[in-house]
Parts: sequence; C-alpha cells; structure tokens
Amino acid sequence: MISLGIEATAWNLSIGIVNEEEILSMKSSAYEPESGGIHPREASQNHSENISSLIKEAIESANLNPHDIDIISFSQGPGMGQCLRVAATASRALSLSLEKPLIGVNHCIAHIEVGRWDSGSKDPLVLYVSGANSQVLGYRYKKYRVFGETLDIGIGNALDKLGRSMNLSHPGGPKIEKLAREGSHLIDLPYTVKGMDFSFSGLVTSAENKLKEESRENIAFSMQETAFSMLTEVTERAMAHSDSNQLLLCGGVGNNSRLQNMLRIMCEEFGSEFYIPRSKLLGDNGVMIAHTGMKMYRSGISHPSSIEVRPNFRPDQAEILWRD
Amino acid sequence: MDIERSTFSSINSGPKLMDRGAEAKIYLKNNKILKLRISKSYRLNELDRRIRRHRTKKEAKIISDSRKKGVPTPIVLDLGDFYILLEYINGKKIKDDFENLSFDKYVQIGQNIGKLHSAGIVHGDLTTSNMILFNGKIYLIDFGLAEYDMHVESRGVDLHVLFQDIKSYHNKEEVIKHIKKGYSEAFEGSNKVFKRVSDISKRGRYN
Repeated sequence: MISLGIEATAWNLSIGIVNEEEILSMKSSAYEPESGGIHPREASQNHSENISSLIKEAIESANLNPHDIDIISFSQGPGMGQCLRVAATASRALSLSLEKPLIGVNHCIAHIEVGRWDSGSKDPLVLYVSGANSQVLGYRYKKYRVFGETLDIGIGNALDKLGRSMNLSHPGGPKIEKLAREGSHLIDLPYTVKGMDFSFSGLVTSAENKLKEESRENIAFSMQETAFSMLTEVTERAMAHSDSNQLLLCGGVGNNSRLQNMLRIMCEEFGSEFYIPRSKLLGDNGVMIAHTGMKMYRSGISHPSSIEVRPNFRPDQAEILWRD
Repeated sequence: MDIERSTFSSINSGPKLMDRGAEAKIYLKNNKILKLRISKSYRLNELDRRIRRHRTKKEAKIISDSRKKGVPTPIVLDLGDFYILLEYINGKKIKDDFENLSFDKYVQIGQNIGKLHSAGIVHGDLTTSNMILFNGKIYLIDFGLAEYDMHVESRGVDLHVLFQDIKSYHNKEEVIKHIKKGYSEAFEGSNKVFKRVSDISKRGRYN
C-alpha cells in the first residue's frame, strides 16, 4: 500500500510518501518570515503557492505515477486554521480526482506513531515538544492520554520568543541552543512545575528582563537549563507514576542536543530506555502523516471529502484502533 | 548515606527503603518516615541543590500549616537541608485501589482539598499516589510542590491535575462529582474554581 501525506499545521509544508516498510520520498518547504514570528496568513499563502509543485516533486522523486497512490492523508489538526485548510483543500482535490480514500490525521499522534516506527519503541511514555506543543503522553485504553502539558505556551514558542527579544531570526530555538553552549553562569529564573504540568511564559519574561544585565550566552544557557530541567522532571514523574520503562522523544525541539542529553541521563538513572527517531522525522514532516494515515486506514478508518480541519484537535480526542 | 545513618544511629538494624519516587527516597524505621530528596544528575548541581533545599524547607512548613487547619497529614518530627522526618501513616495508597473506594471516600478527598484551599495553600501535585487511606481517614502526603497561593488559577490547576490523573490513569471520570461535592462542602469559593478548571482543560495551543 502506498500512502501520501500532507503536513501543514504551521510553518513547515511537507509531503511524504511511504509504504509499509519504508519512506519512498519526502519533500518540504519551510516558510521563513522576514522578521518577527509566524504570520498565519502569510504562512498559508506560502503553502498554497508551493503545495502543487511540492506534491508533484514528491511523487516524481519516489518514481511513481499519481495513480500508484492508494490513500491520501493530511494533517487535520491541531494547528493554524489557515494553514490546515491548504492541506485539507489539496487533499480533497487529490482524493476526488484520483478516486482514492481520504484520511484526516491528528498531528500529535502522527509524531508519536512515526517516532515509534522509526525508533523501534513499542510502548513508550512520550515527551512531545515542538513550537506550540509540549506534552507528556502515554497510551492507555485505546487513546493517547495527556499526563502533563504546558499551561501556557509550548517550549519551542518560548525559545522562539526569547530569540526574537535577542533579535535572532526565526526559528530562534536552534540559535538559542548555539548561544547556550557558550554560557556557563546559571541565572536564577522561575522554575514552574505544577504537578505534571508546567509553564513557560513567566520563565521567558524573566529571561527577557535579564537582557540588560546579563550576556545572551548566559541567558540562553539558563533558559535551557531551567526549561529542560522542568520537562525532564515532569517526564520522570510521569514515568514513575505510569510504570513505563521506555521514553520516546518527538517534536522539533527534540533536535536540541542538551534536551536529548538530559533525558538520556534521566532515563539511565531511572532505569528506562531512551528512544528518538531520526532528525528528519522529529520536526513537522509529511512522512509521519502518510505513515499514520496508512495505519488508520488499515484499521478501518477513512473520511468523507466533507471532513473539516480541527485547529484545536487534541491527541486524546482520536481513537487508536491499531494498538492493543 | 550519612544523613540516614546519623538519624537512625541508635537503631541496631538499618532503615528500610519504602519507596523510591521520582523526587525522593522514603525510608521507614520505628514508625518514622525519612523523606530524602534525591540529587538528579541530569540538572546542574547548583540548580539541583537549590531546588532540593527550597522544596524540603517549604514542604515541612506547609505540612504543619495544613495540619493546623484540619487537613489530615503526617506530623513533622525533624528537618534537615535535604530531608524531613515524619510520622508514619501505616495505610494504603489510594492509587492502588482507586476504582473500588466507597463513595464517601471520594467525598473525603474533596473535603481535604477544600480545607487545604481554605487555608490558602495549594498542594501542587494532587495525584492518587499522594493520598493514603488509614483507619477510614484519607491523609494527604508529599507537599514538595505545595505553595501558599490563593489565586483561583492555582486552585483550578490543583483540581485539574487530580481530575486529569483520574481520567487518564484511572479512567474513572464519574467519581469526580463526589470529589467536587466534598470540595464545595469544605470551601466557599468552590464554584469559581470549578469554572476555572473547565477553562484550563479547554486551553491548548492556537487559542
């Protein structure tokens, strides 16, 4: 079975084509704002300008014809409504013209499923960290349950916001990571963990306020040490409470080597195994949509062309029929 | 470890490791509990010591203050930089048999939290692992993340964390109404908090 997936929840537009065993192609086009953060309308305009040619590229790169594709999947949500609609529209059109089934996929679940597939992890606790999402999830009773999450913004957005205050171009996260390597002095910043939930906006504001008196390197360093310690602590607590002994890291912020390092150390001390997919599958990508859509279809799910996008689609709102 | 040895030095055989949570090791000897906050290698030593010292001191004070306001908690017997010595509550964690409690126990859970919030304190980590049933009474333990906080947001998060725990780990949403009943009996400001809990659970990205 050949599955084509379209990812467009935020700034990255990505097409992935897979079969049961392997990735056949992946083509991405990232929207990069000139200044400031992501403007939804501009991002969606960028996506709609590029989507047709990107789909064509992906199909050609896989040495396929359009009619070789068996199912069409798209990121139904959560995400920016305008961006999601670009993916949905293109998917509907493809599905109708090729007369093939259409599947709306939950973006967070896609990260988890492709993470499990690529890393070989069977039943992990999941730390999912991206721009807008920061959640600790686990599979229970046919759903991915949220054990803990951000009470305000995602860690990626927090890092990007700090980056903007430092006049770094978007995305700020990787640049903060680079600066942090040169930092060494731990500035006292608010460490906010409430049970299994956490909060980053106070931390960002506090870090921004220190820009007048501290170096960018030390602020970046302190921001990472504080924020990542918070995430690691909550993840460890969730692991203790849920009796799981595998951890899967996914989401774009999973590319951060300090975060990976912290989680690895925590897992080693705790006695659990650490799993992470390949870097190209960590951030938002079309392969995860194609892969998850295929799993959904094979477990009996497909959607009418009238299917709507869901900007606030939570992972615990979808049924996971392909797991025990 | 020296702290453990000096505390139990008068005893012939060593203390028994009762529990090793994510946060601390719990030792038991002669009906006393030693809660020792574990050092974590994943975080900077400076941050690690700061967090542990701060939480130990605060936890002891909050346990005492909660107890004074009628919340069933263990008694604090002694305090160090990274450890607290407590009375031992010889019961069972609610987590182990949550689905089968009698309904009045769920109400009691709500009453405990209501009294706590009336005292201007939020627990900070309300899960079924932090409640112990002993002689028909439910005790609250592990106040390491507790705060003196009267904001409806914090109280809402307190309840939200527990309700999420019940929904996701225990899959028993229907007992929440009993907990809310007990909570509103013990705390006058309950309606505002319930409304906030509803808001918090709807919050997500892209609002």
